[in-house]
Amino acid sequence: MKKVYERNNIAFDMPSPYCPGCGHGVIHRLVIDAIKENRQEDNTIFMAPVGCSILSYTYLDLDVCQPAHGRTPAAATGIKRALPDSLVILYQGDGDLAAIGTAEIIHAANRGENITAIFVNNAIYGMTGGQMAPTTLVGQTATTCPYGRNPKDGQGYPIRVCELLQSLGGVTYAARTSVHSAPNVLKTKKAIQTGIENQMAKKGFSIIEILSACPVNWGMTPEKANQFVANEMIDYYPLGDFKKDGKIIQRSDH
Amino acid sequence: MAKKGKIEVRIEHCKGCGLCITACKQEAIALSPADVTNSYGYPYLTMINENCTGCTMCAIMCPDQAIDVYRE
Amino acid sequence: MGEKQLMKGNEAIAEAAIRAGMTCYFGYPITPQNEIPAYMAKHLPKRGGTFIQAESEIAAINMVYGAACTGARAMTSSSSPGISLKQEGISYLVGARLPAVIVNIARGGPGLGNIAPSQADYFQAVKGGGHGDYHMVVYTPETVQEAADLTMKAFDVADEYRNPVLILGDAILGQMMEPLIFKEPSGRKFDKSSWILGNRKGRKSHLINSLSLSEGVVEQWNWELKKKFDLMAGKETMVEEYMTEDADVIFVAYGTSARICRSVVNQARKQGIRTGLIRPITVWPFPSETIAGRAKKTKHFFVVEMSLGQMIEDVRLAVLGNATIHFHGRPGGGVPAEPDIMKQLKEILQS
Ligand SMILES: Cc1ncc(C[n+]2csc(CCOP(=O)(O)OP(=O)(O)O)c2C)c(N)n1
Ligand code: SF4
Ligand code: SF4
Ligand code: SF4
Ligand SMILES: [Mg+2]
Repeated sequence: MKKVYERNNIAFDMPSPYCPGCGHGVIHRLVIDAIKENRQEDNTIFMAPVGCSILSYTYLDLDVCQPAHGRTPAAATGIKRALPDSLVILYQGDGDLAAIGTAEIIHAANRGENITAIFVNNAIYGMTGGQMAPTTLVGQTATTCPYGRNPKDGQGYPIRVCELLQSLGGVTYAARTSVHSAPNVLKTKKAIQTGIENQMAKKGFSIIEILSACPVNWGMTPEKANQFVANEMIDYYPLGDFKKDGKIIQRSDH
Repeated sequence: MAKKGKIEVRIEHCKGCGLCITACKQEAIALSPADVTNSYGYPYLTMINENCTGCTMCAIMCPDQAIDVYRE
Repeated sequence: MGEKQLMKGNEAIAEAAIRAGMTCYFGYPITPQNEIPAYMAKHLPKRGGTFIQAESEIAAINMVYGAACTGARAMTSSSSPGISLKQEGISYLVGARLPAVIVNIARGGPGLGNIAPSQADYFQAVKGGGHGDYHMVVYTPETVQEAADLTMKAFDVADEYRNPVLILGDAILGQMMEPLIFKEPSGRKFDKSSWILGNRKGRKSHLINSLSLSEGVVEQWNWELKKKFDLMAGKETMVEEYMTEDADVIFVAYGTSARICRSVVNQARKQGIRTGLIRPITVWPFPSETIAGRAKKTKHFFVVEMSLGQMIEDVRLAVLGNATIHFHGRPGGGVPAEPDIMKQLKEILQS
């Protein structure tokens, strides 16, 4: 029989450094597959954020830069400006991107920095043990919204990052995908490929927002957690393209 | 007739999350019994019959790159 | 040798940085350092570099962090409130062992303060305004010429030690025009191939970070940093002594305050008053030995600062009770006046 699927050796020979069933592991795999398919292993600089995926450096055999919490897009900007022909993968969680680093992501996107942003939206602060994130759903509980997130109680509304960034002139591509099921993983793979092609063609800023489970801090089994993505998250965070080739895609989701 | 396939599991890399099992339409895989674990204490993935078609869906869902897939 | 030019301190710093091979500048507007980003915007792209007006000082220092990861010479500048915002980034630069040059053209504080010259950021500069055990070389130029010279040197020192270097000036240094001649850059080459990111063909992957959750690793890093700080303290201290040999009173002052004190020394000498000046050119490492040496003979040390008194603590530690220490300070953007200093000097001599 022929081998039709094998592990990607950009990752060291070890399991991912994440909890069982964590979306970060799947997304890492998709990113390194795209890097490999585009033969960019020697040319990639992976920006590891402060968040669970800070541990990516233990797993990925790539040049890795790890800046301060939320400053990832600014550091990525510095790297890309100094080395314009490198492939810069900006990998961020929702706390890193949509809370502490909101200014940095908006302005990197608005300048049209020629980088590919992978935004892992797991609606929680994973690394610090399950606090409310800017993307936590209304009603969803977390250690800092133990009664469920309530915007009427001053806790704000979940931020839709793709919708927020699509209006910025520097953004060429914005898409939201999910990794809760195999067909969605395959769509995510395509979106990441588009983001990387855009960077190689010097088209500007691409962002792929990926809905991803955090079974541990959601207090669910991995299977239940993926069902939560399918049944609750997608409802509020509709999937699909929001901007392509610099053109905003009109949608009737919300 | 559907193609024949098989998978190989890197037992030490498997965390027993079960996401591959949900993805397998052929019901060809299951976890080891709870008391049969790898050295990290996780039950791990095993093939339970000959139904595998080598469709790769299980491997696509695996967060830990624990599965290689073969097909005729 | 180049020819004589007339330039503002801010512009001289910017030009010196470009001549030193700095290719990545990231800044954010704040008075009184605006001439630096303006100069960079006008000249740096034409000379092969990158200029970005960042969205904040926080972003700017992190762009420096990124550019430094690739081995490029990178720089940012600001004034006091903006430098406060950069403290996180400075701590990370030290932690990740990245070279960078940061310029503080300081102004009155605390808070928004004013845009007048100040030396009240001394503690922040030399005692570590960010978190963790760290130091960086801090240069305090007195003239526009020296600002240019030290800027060039700062890039070499940053690369040599893989550590950020701070140039601490104030609104007077930044705004005043003086003639200067740009020196040739040292031309020293630093091999960064063992740690920089990008273009990795044929080598193992590199990691730039400051985190380790393994037991004892961060402690070990700190011990290695200490070795580096000790080396810097031994090799990089710079100080000028002016007429201290026979002085009855020795001023200790840096930057603009030193300029004022030098003038007071000259006037006092004309009146037969034997006084001199010790001028730290680096305030970290601090020239404690020079001061301690003089304290064996000279009974009075007179510290002048544009603050409520910050460097005076380091002078006290150097003097160690061997002489009396006097102080004249003007906080919040106030500039010490020569007659006031002269008056106090005479009181000290009569006491
Ligand atoms: C300045 C600063 N503030 C707070 C923290 C603590 N911290 C570490 S990770 C994190 C949240 C990460 O959440 P997210 O970005 O969603 O990543 P995830 O772990 O969910 O993937 C926080 C608040 C920090 N490291 N630095
Ligand atoms: S805490 Fe959540 S996000 Fe972090 S590794 Fe575990 S499952 Fe993944
Ligand atoms: S390859 Fe397809 S059929 Fe075979 S075990 Fe995996 S999911 Fe099931
Ligand atoms: S998805 Fe991977 S880690 Fe999870 S049970 Fe299957 S093989 Fe094991
Ligand atoms: Mg998160």
